[in-house]
Amino acid sequence: MATAVVPHAAHPATTTGLDHRKVAIWAFIGSECMLFASLISTYLIYKGRSVVGPFPHEWWCPDTRTQTFCAGESAAHYVHTLKPILNIPVTSQSTFVLLMSSLAMVLALSAVENKDKMPANPTLGERILGSSRLWLFMTALMGATFLGYQAFEFTSFVHEGLTIRTNLFGSSFFTLTGFHGAHVTAGVLWLLTLLAIDLKRGLGPKDALIVDISALYWHFVDVVWIGIFTLVYLIR
Amino acid sequence: MATAAARPAYALPESYGASGVWSWLTTVDHKRIGALYMYTALAWFAVGGLEALIMRLQLYGPNGRVVSAETFNQLFTMHGTTMIFLVVMPLSAAFFNFLIPLQIGARDVAFPRLNAFSYWVFLFGSLFMNASWLIGAAPNGGWFGYTPLTTYTFSQGLNIDFWMIGLQILGVSSLAAAFNFITTIINMRAPGMNLMRMPMFTWMAFVVQFLLVLAFPVITIALIFLQFDRFFGTNFFAMTAGADPLLWQHLFWSFGHPEVYILILPAFGLVSEILPTFSRKPLFGYPVMVYSGMLIALLGFGVWAHHMFAVGMGAIADSVFSVTTMLIAIPTGVKIFNWIFTMWGGNLRFTVAMKFAISLVGLFVIGGVSGVMHASPPADLQQTDTYFIVAHFHYVLVAGSMMGLFGGLYYYFPKITGRLLSERLGNWHFWLFFIGVNLTFMPMHWSGLYGMPRRIYQYDAGQGWEIFNKMSTIGALIQAVAVIIAFWNIWRSRTHGAVAGNDPWGAPSLEWSIPSPAPVYNFAVIPTVTSRYPLWDLKSPHLSRGTPHEAGAAQVIAQPERVRSAEELGIPLPYPTIKPLLVALFMTLMFSSLLLIHKDKTPLAIAGILTCAAAMTAFLYGWLTAPLEPEHH
Repeated sequence: MATAVVPHAAHPATTTGLDHRKVAIWAFIGSECMLFASLISTYLIYKGRSVVGPFPHEWWCPDTRTQTFCAGESAAHYVHTLKPILNIPVTSQSTFVLLMSSLAMVLALSAVENKDKMPANPTLGERILGSSRLWLFMTALMGATFLGYQAFEFTSFVHEGLTIRTNLFGSSFFTLTGFHGAHVTAGVLWLLTLLAIDLKRGLGPKDALIVDISALYWHFVDVVWIGIFTLVYLIR
Repeated sequence: MATAAARPAYALPESYGASGVWSWLTTVDHKRIGALYMYTALAWFAVGGLEALIMRLQLYGPNGRVVSAETFNQLFTMHGTTMIFLVVMPLSAAFFNFLIPLQIGARDVAFPRLNAFSYWVFLFGSLFMNASWLIGAAPNGGWFGYTPLTTYTFSQGLNIDFWMIGLQILGVSSLAAAFNFITTIINMRAPGMNLMRMPMFTWMAFVVQFLLVLAFPVITIALIFLQFDRFFGTNFFAMTAGADPLLWQHLFWSFGHPEVYILILPAFGLVSEILPTFSRKPLFGYPVMVYSGMLIALLGFGVWAHHMFAVGMGAIADSVFSVTTMLIAIPTGVKIFNWIFTMWGGNLRFTVAMKFAISLVGLFVIGGVSGVMHASPPADLQQTDTYFIVAHFHYVLVAGSMMGLFGGLYYYFPKITGRLLSERLGNWHFWLFFIGVNLTFMPMHWSGLYGMPRRIYQYDAGQGWEIFNKMSTIGALIQAVAVIIAFWNIWRSRTHGAVAGNDPWGAPSLEWSIPSPAPVYNFAVIPTVTSRYPLWDLKSPHLSRGTPHEAGAAQVIAQPERVRSAEELGIPLPYPTIKPLLVALFMTLMFSSLLLIHKDKTPLAIAGILTCAAAMTAFLYGWLTAPLEPEHH
C-alpha cells in the first residue's frame, strides 16, 4: 500500500473505466430478466389449464373431462372447436414496429455520438441520419404505436369476453403483456424526456452516455417482446 | 489486548460533521446511513424478540392462555417477517453500507442519494408493516404467506394486505441497494484492489447483491399475482379456475431459498474478517472461500423445492432437489474447515467478537447437519412442519446469522463510533446469549421429533413435550436478558467506551488505516493496494511474503494529530438532500393507498395513488436535476 500521488482527485477514475450508471443499468437489466422470467414461466405453466374460454389458440374438447370446460355441452365425445382469440397477423405488425424502433434507437444514439462530426454542408441524407431529434422522436413514436396496438388488442379481447378475471389465460396473459406494456410506456416517457432535453439544449457526444443507457433499456424491452411474441403467440 | 491500544492519539473529529436531526434526515453519507440501518434494525430486533417471547410464554406449559389463537398467528407471522426482513437483512445492509466503501478504498458508494433512498424505503416499509398492529390486523398467514390461505376467499381482513404490500415496499429498498453495491464494488475499488484482494466480507457482500438482484424479482412477481388476485379478482391462485396450488410455493421458494443465503453469507463474511484478525493469521484458503461463497449462491437457486417435499412432487423431483440440497453442504463445509484451519496454530485472542465468531462456526454446523437430515425426503416427511424444522432454522439464523452479526457489531463498533464496546458487558452478553440460544433451540429438536407441530398455539399435556417447551421458554428469557445487556452496552459505550484509535484490533484491511470514527471523506488519500492484507504488510513487513511496498507508506497508518476536514483537503462532498426521504415517503404512501380498496373506498384509493405518484415524481425530478456535489476541477 502506498500513498497515492493525487490526493485531491475527488473521484478517481472508475475501476472498469465505465460510468457507474452503465454498470448499474446492466445490474438492473439482469434483475428485470428474472422479473420477466417469472411472468413468462407462470404464463407457460398455466397454458392450457383454463377451465373456461376464451383460449389463446384454436381449442377443442378431446374428451369428457374437459367437455364442460369448453362450452358446457353435455354430450360425451362431442368435439367442440373454438376460434382462437390471439390475432397473430395484427400482433405481427406491432411486433415489426417495435423491432424497427430499436433500429431508430441505434440511429438516435449514433446521431448523438457523432453530432460534432457533421460536415459543414451536410447532404440531406447526412442531415436525416444525423438528427438525434428525429430518431428519438421516431423511436418514441414507434413505441407509442406498439402501445396503441396493445390497447386495441386488449379492448378487442374484452369485447370478445376475455378480461383479466375470466380465466387463467386472461389473468396470466394480461399481466404478462401488461407488464411489458408498462415497461414500454416507461421507455417512451424516458425517450420523450431525452427529446425534450435535445430540443431545449441539444444532445451532443458528452450526453452519449445517458442516451446509451436508455438505449440499453429500450433494446432489452424489445428482446423481451421477441420472447413473449414467440412463446405466447407463435408457439401453440 | 484491545483496550490497551485505546488512547486518544488524535483529536476526534466533530463526529460526522454536521449534527442534529435534520442532518440525519438529509444525509447521503454511507457511514451515517449504515448507522441508521443498524439502529433501526436493532430496534426491530427488540420488537421481533418480544413477539417471540410472548409465544414462548404461551407455550411454556400445556394449554397456555397468554394469547388467543388469532394473536398467536399474528405473532409467529410477524416474528418471522420481522426477523428476516427487518432485522437480519438490514443489519447486514448496515455492514454493507458501512464497510464496502471502506474496505475497497472508496469515498462513498456509487449512488449516495439512492443509498439514502434505500434506507428510507426500508424504514417506512417496516413502519407500514408494523402499523398493522395498531388496528389489530397484523399479518397472520406465516412469513411464507401460502396461498390459497392468503387469497381473499380465505383471508378477508387487511392482515395479508399489510404483509404483501409491506414486502413489496421492502423489496424496492433491497433492489435499489443491491444495484448500488454491485456498481460500487465493480467500479470503485482503489488502485491495486483487484477482485482477489478484496476483503472476504466485501466478497460475500458482492455475492449477496447478486442473490438479491436475481431473487427479489421473483417474490415481486409472486406478490403482484397475489395483489392482483386480492384486489382485482384475477385467478392466479383461484383453485376453482384451475389454478395450480403449488404456483405460489414454487415462486416463493425460488426467492425464499436464495433469501436464506442472503441472510447467512454476510455473517460468514464478518466471521471471515474476525477470525484472521484474532488468530493473527491470514484467512486459510482465501480463493476457495471466494469460490465456495459463489457456489453456495449458485446452488441456492436450484434447491427451492426441498421446502415442498411433503406436497408430493414425485420421486424424480424429490430426488433432484434432495441431491442439490446435499451438494450445498460441500461448499458450506469447506468454509467451516477453512475457518478452523485459519485458527489452527494461530495466536488466538478471545475477544467478545472472536467468541461470537467461533460460536457461529460451531453452532452453524448443528443447523447445517440438521439441514442435511431433512434434505432427505423420507426423513423430511417425518420432520416437516414440526419443531425440528424450527430448531434447524433457528440454529442457522440465530446461532448462525445473529452470532456473526453480533460479532461484527463488537468488531466494527469502534470504527462506527470511535469507541469500543465494553468487553465486560460483552462477555455477559455473549455467554448469556450462547446459553440462551442453545437452551431455547436444542430442545426443539426433541419436541419436534416427538411430534410437536409448528405454529400451534396450545398443546395438551401428556405428549412428552412439556419439559422441552419449558426449557425453550427459559432459554428465550435468558436470550432476552442477553439482548438487554447488549443494548445497554451499545447505549453506554457510545459515550463512555474506551477510545478506539485507528486500529484497536491489529486488523489487516483498509478500513483500519483511517481514524475512528471514519472521517466523512473516508480516505484523505486513496490508498494503493498491493496485497490482501495491506496493514499487516505495513506493520510487519518481515512477515509478509515478498510483497513489494513503497517506502513512506507508513504515514498511511500513522495517526494524525488532528483529523482534517474535507474542506481543508479539498475533497468535494455530496450535498445533503431531503429528496430521497420524500420520494421514499410518497412511494410508501402510494402503496399504502391500496389498503383502501378493501375498505370499499376504491375512488379514494385511486385518488391517493395518483396524488402520491405525482408528489413522488415531482421530488424525483428535483432529485435527478439537482447536482450531486459541488463542481470540482
